[in-house]
Amino acid sequence: MTKALVVVTAGLSRPSSTRLLADRLAAATRQHAGELTTDVRVIELRELANEIAQNMVTGFPGPRLREAVDAVTAADGLIAVTPVFTGSYSGLFKSFFDVIDKDALAGTPVLVAATGGTARHSLVLEHAMRPLFAYLRTVVVPTAVYAASEDWGAGGDEALAGRIDRAARELAALVEARPGHSAAEETVVPFEQQLAALAAAKE
Amino acid sequence: MQFGIFTVGDVTTDPTTGRTPSEHERIKAMVTIAQKAEEVGLDVFATGEHHNPPFVPSSPTTMLGYVAARTDRLILSTSTTLITTNDPVKIAEDFAMLQHLADGRVDLMMGRGNTGPVYPWFGKDVRQGIELAVENYALLHKLWREDVVDWAGRFRTPLQSFTATPRPLDGVPPFVWHGSIRSPEIAEQAAYYGDGFFANNIFWPKDHFKRLISLYRDRYAHYGHGTPEQAYVGLGGQVFMRKNSQDAVREFRPYFDNAPVYGHGPSLEDFTEQTPLTVGSPQEVIEKTLAFREHFGDYQRQLFLMDHAGLPQKTVLEQLDILGEEVVPVLREEFAKGRPAQVPDGPTHTALVARRDAELQEVQA
Repeated sequence: MTKALVVVTAGLSRPSSTRLLADRLAAATRQHAGELTTDVRVIELRELANEIAQNMVTGFPGPRLREAVDAVTAADGLIAVTPVFTGSYSGLFKSFFDVIDKDALAGTPVLVAATGGTARHSLVLEHAMRPLFAYLRTVVVPTAVYAASEDWGAGGDEALAGRIDRAARELAALVEARPGHSAAEETVVPFEQQLAALAAAKE
Repeated sequence: MQFGIFTVGDVTTDPTTGRTPSEHERIKAMVTIAQKAEEVGLDVFATGEHHNPPFVPSSPTTMLGYVAARTDRLILSTSTTLITTNDPVKIAEDFAMLQHLADGRVDLMMGRGNTGPVYPWFGKDVRQGIELAVENYALLHKLWREDVVDWAGRFRTPLQSFTATPRPLDGVPPFVWHGSIRSPEIAEQAAYYGDGFFANNIFWPKDHFKRLISLYRDRYAHYGHGTPEQAYVGLGGQVFMRKNSQDAVREFRPYFDNAPVYGHGPSLEDFTEQTPLTVGSPQEVIEKTLAFREHFGDYQRQLFLMDHAGLPQKTVLEQLDILGEEVVPVLREEFAKGRPAQVPDGPTHTALVARRDAELQEVQA
């Protein structure tokens, strides 16, 4: 069965190193999970910036944002990559996850990654990204990937490639092991049960 | 099918003049607007209930009692009455009194309220919103149907040998709608009691409400109140009209852009495309409103939001003229076409009394 791997990237420049890292993570994961059985969909938050801000104000997503949110919540695996802004994930990145229902990602395997100008911000992954996805009750893979500017130059590449490969393997294993799922259906508690629950609580 | 208006009762600065009406002006304007609704041939006026500025209508039955005395045909309703933070005993008493004074021209819409601090202000816990709505309404329903009530629950002091007075007019309680924006539990509650379900769909896209309304219709049938098509559905709407579409857009845009709820967000064009808001000619309003039936089925009540976001009273009254003269007569005619005979009309006291009498006769026979 084909697995849906969704990549969310919050890089702002074009091309962005965040997107670059996202693509390498996606390619590596696909390699480990099976090229033929893994569909990759990349969501550039930059293109949804307006609709994300509007959702904050109106309470509902515009058509393109809704389509993106549906893809993320139906994903078998998620790769989430943000640039480091002011010591944390970017506001756009956080806002995207803010407009998603807090229960919609429960159980989803997630690989977290970030980019920054220097390696000094790398603990953003452990101090900001991991708690965010823990709150959403996702399953975050042990290896988080940080790429600083120097990683794209001489000497850095090998270490980065190693981390990408390890993280991708971890994500692929979780995606493969996860049974197929569909987005949660709206279920209604029959009214008698709602009344009975109240009566029981009263006792 | 019934047509009317619902008001939030916001005191908002007119963005084109910078003028803010006083609370007194706004309250009097709401009453004038209600009377105008009857004058232009609408069926329903509904007021919100709020307990925080910039809103004025904290005491709906006081306002509706005044409107009742100054109108003859208009049905007086709410949008919504807070079933979570009001004492259900007081709701039973207030609305039964209003029902007598208005000779039956009263119904009401239950809502949970969406302002967090209102709960603690009234000694309640916002996290128990659904439970409060369930228990309080169960008590209200009983108080209107049983002359002597013994009752104990989680949220209110128990009642022994209590009789809510006055008893409902002709022994038939006011019709109840349950309003909800997102909770399937409330659609389920409306279906369980055979009450109406009002989807205030004005801020959100239709797909979301299609799910809620079809759930309500299915469950209405499940509980044996009739077929899904016989369930009572009400819908919100929001319009601004001028003879020429471009004039309507130009005049309404500053109000839209600065509106308390959705202002400073999406463009007027996006919002019009995604929600029921129509800004344009009366013909455009007619077309968009008629399309509601295609999405939600034949329904019983259509309420429009007309007097918000700082629109001056004069403009609102002009809007009501257009609504009453050019839009609603066409909607009545068009909605009547192809409407199956078994689909009920909008609920009235007379119809409810007749239904009760028919049911009694059936039991006796």
